[in-house]
Amino acid sequence: MGLIERGEASAEELHRAYLDAIVSRDSEIHAYLKLVEECRGTSVPIAIKDVITTEGIETTAGSKILAGYVPVFDSTVAARVKRAGLPPLGKTNMDEFAMGSSTENSGYGPTRNPWDLERVPGGSSGGSAAAVAGGLAPWALGSDTGGSIKQPASLCGLVGLRPTYGTVSRYGIIAFASSLDQVGPLTKTVRDCALLYRIIAGRDPLDSTTVELPNPIELPEARDLKGIRIGLPREMNEAEGIAPGVKAEVERAIALCQELGAEVEECSLPLSIEYGLACYYLIAPAEASSNLARYDGVRYGHRTKGTQSLIEMYERTRDEGFGDEPKRRIMIGTYALSAGYYDAFYGQAQKVRTVIAREHAALFERFDLIVSPTSPTVAFKLGEKTQDPLAMYASDVLTIPPNMAGLPGMSIPCGLSEGLPVGLQLTGPQFSESVLFRAGYALEQALEFDFVPSRLAGGDA
Amino acid sequence: MSEWEPIIGLEIHVQLKTRTKMFCRCETSFGLEPNVRTCPVCLSHPGALPVPNAQAIEWTIKLGLAIGSTIADRALFARKNYFYQDLPKGYQISQYEAPLCVGGRLVVPGPEGSSEIRINRAHLEEDAAKTIHVGGVEGRIVGAEHSLVDFNRGGTPLMEIVSEPDIHSVEEAKRFLQLLRQTVVELGISDAEMEKGTLRCDANISVRPAGSSELRTRCELKNMNSFNFIGRGIEAEIARQIAVYEAGGEVRQETYDFDAASGTLTVHRSKEEAEDYRYFPEPDLVPYEPELELIERLKAELPEAPGMRLARLAPMLGYEQALELVAGGRDGLYTKLVDAGAEPKASANVLMNQLAAAGIDPDAVDSDELAKLIEARSSIPRTAFDQAIAHVGDSDFSAETYLTEAVISDTSELEPLIERILASNPGQVEQYRGGKEGLLGFFVGQVMKETQGKADAKLVSELVRAKLSG
Repeated sequence: MGLIERGEASAEELHRAYLDAIVSRDSEIHAYLKLVEECRGTSVPIAIKDVITTEGIETTAGSKILAGYVPVFDSTVAARVKRAGLPPLGKTNMDEFAMGSSTENSGYGPTRNPWDLERVPGGSSGGSAAAVAGGLAPWALGSDTGGSIKQPASLCGLVGLRPTYGTVSRYGIIAFASSLDQVGPLTKTVRDCALLYRIIAGRDPLDSTTVELPNPIELPEARDLKGIRIGLPREMNEAEGIAPGVKAEVERAIALCQELGAEVEECSLPLSIEYGLACYYLIAPAEASSNLARYDGVRYGHRTKGTQSLIEMYERTRDEGFGDEPKRRIMIGTYALSAGYYDAFYGQAQKVRTVIAREHAALFERFDLIVSPTSPTVAFKLGEKTQDPLAMYASDVLTIPPNMAGLPGMSIPCGLSEGLPVGLQLTGPQFSESVLFRAGYALEQALEFDFVPSRLAGGDA
Repeated sequence: MSEWEPIIGLEIHVQLKTRTKMFCRCETSFGLEPNVRTCPVCLSHPGALPVPNAQAIEWTIKLGLAIGSTIADRALFARKNYFYQDLPKGYQISQYEAPLCVGGRLVVPGPEGSSEIRINRAHLEEDAAKTIHVGGVEGRIVGAEHSLVDFNRGGTPLMEIVSEPDIHSVEEAKRFLQLLRQTVVELGISDAEMEKGTLRCDANISVRPAGSSELRTRCELKNMNSFNFIGRGIEAEIARQIAVYEAGGEVRQETYDFDAASGTLTVHRSKEEAEDYRYFPEPDLVPYEPELELIERLKAELPEAPGMRLARLAPMLGYEQALELVAGGRDGLYTKLVDAGAEPKASANVLMNQLAAAGIDPDAVDSDELAKLIEARSSIPRTAFDQAIAHVGDSDFSAETYLTEAVISDTSELEPLIERILASNPGQVEQYRGGKEGLLGFFVGQVMKETQGKADAKLVSELVRAKLSG
């Protein structure tokens, strides 16, 4: 933002410079689905995940079923970004309808990780993360249902905030799981993250589930963690499947927290970790099965040709338009809501969700934050998990539990393992974003993480 | 043949007359060109979210209070999932567990004492859009080449009221519906006109041997769009079920459409095809917790229930006439007329016949002026009376204007006229004398026509009879 404020570059020049970078380098990353050639703003440009509705700009949520759909209205988030003067650079790639953890489920081909083009950027906001990490956008908006901001931020060496549920409007966000979806920033620094969150947060009369922020958002300044009480849930830090390299980097960051003056203590979240993932994979697909019913070929988007009946038209349209993952989740969700199964599945999952929320709330009576790895592993290779949906689902095992409780979480880069970024997940109680920013900023200053991917460091980035 | 007792429960949908739709700010409409009252929300564009209409919620609570429901402390909206082209989200936002109004009852006075029909629930939901089938017969789907969907109606607030199966005759069903409709109309929350589709009624029907307490398989009857069809439809379904049992068969749980033109029932869908709606709480909306003050305020605004007024009027007027007055919203004016000294029976007749036929809004009528008119109705010409009725709703109406017109009751003036009419209708005179005495009215009518309604009809009738028998 400094460049524009100091008059060293205009918004147009900045926008153009990024577009040039995209044109020359996005062919290998494939972060963008659609570019906005014209600079529509007065400030720093931004990349917008394709799940976020933008008036007059094709919006597909990464799905073929919405190919060619041009919204007639702006999402509240897009409108707020516009009002702040941020010109959109384009719409970024994503797992179809935000269902996935690698961006390989996009209907338009996968996005690659700028740190290693053989690897995934994470997902579902993989396009936004790769754009920022690859120097193709200064910052971006993503959306997070089960970890879709935090996990790609971790895999791409970025700061990613999943806000408290209800603080950012979902109006115009193409719904995956309504009770979990939340838009948030993907940035290089914690300060940028706080700035962008300040632009998009706040109650929206068009989204009944939003609330007024109880406190103003504070930009971080302190470089220490004095007075901050940090909990280390055993189950999240010693879980099976956490790669040794990831564990080592996270432990180093935790030691740093202590050096910066935080009180660090072990704690436990047994039920949340044991049941979180299963609970999520009932509630999210159940809501998705209903949210995706509107893609029926009647009013917009893809419609099959040559059918003779309404049912046949529905079936063929949806079969042709949806990829495997949405189909899988529609089936799981339909089953979970069916008569005779509701109580055992959806109803039970809602009860477990309350237990998870309570277990977290109890911890936050003792701690300001809890800390763990964001993802159990660094970025994995393309194709590595596509044949095994359960292995893919497990990559969100640490981000899902706090999401189920509606809590804010931020991933910040804390080191490299095998030359790839490792993310540290900070989770706080509801509306504790300013505390997350403060802690993240202090750690960021102490860690001095170099967010330029090593393979790009010698180049023009 | 043994006696059978029908058991009927009604499910009533009332379109609320709010200015805007249930979950968006589009204006509600009727009869506009297609798809001019739509927006991303009611067309279910990706990302669009519902925001509930506070007026519709208030009105549903008001109806609930009027029928003695318990108002929920924490009401929930729910998604009812099914695919159809008139349902753009693939689900209807309705209520399932925790509706706004639970329980209640409607006292339904009948000719032989009152019955109490319990209410199961009243809840709020959104209406579907309208499908127009093109190329088939009369807009029906059979043979249609393609279908068009008009989303103007889609998303209009719809209140659903479900009765318990406490109704035991067609007449009771109609009375219940009439009183419920009038309640809704008097609350000012809906026009509740079946012909316009702002009031719709489905019925659940079963029969059992009279005196038994068993509950047999019930069938649902849908798409009855007038009071008359409801009566005929329920009658037909009761008869069908009795016939099945008496032939030794079993009634299968099915949904029927009643075709009023042919008077027949056709299967709408059978149980095997029944949908599983996969209800779950609507995650896009937060639970609604009505404030106590709101409930108190709405309670204070409630008018007296139509059923109470019916019970009061029936002993004086006779049940049928009292019901007609109350269900037509004319009993208030009736009471005022009687208080102003008008003769009760005559007042009721005038209200139900002339005033109703002239389409006069009873609320616009000055009861003192109308009372004067009714008092004088036999001493002024019929035409003068009819003219006066036509203007009785005018704000400057005065009965005096019409009372001065005199009736021709001068025998010497009427007799030559009567003779002329008899002379020019020799055929009819012969028929009359041959025993067809009903023709008396014809001759009287001719005289009234000649005198432009000013003749004293009673006197003319006496004179004609005397002449013809002479």
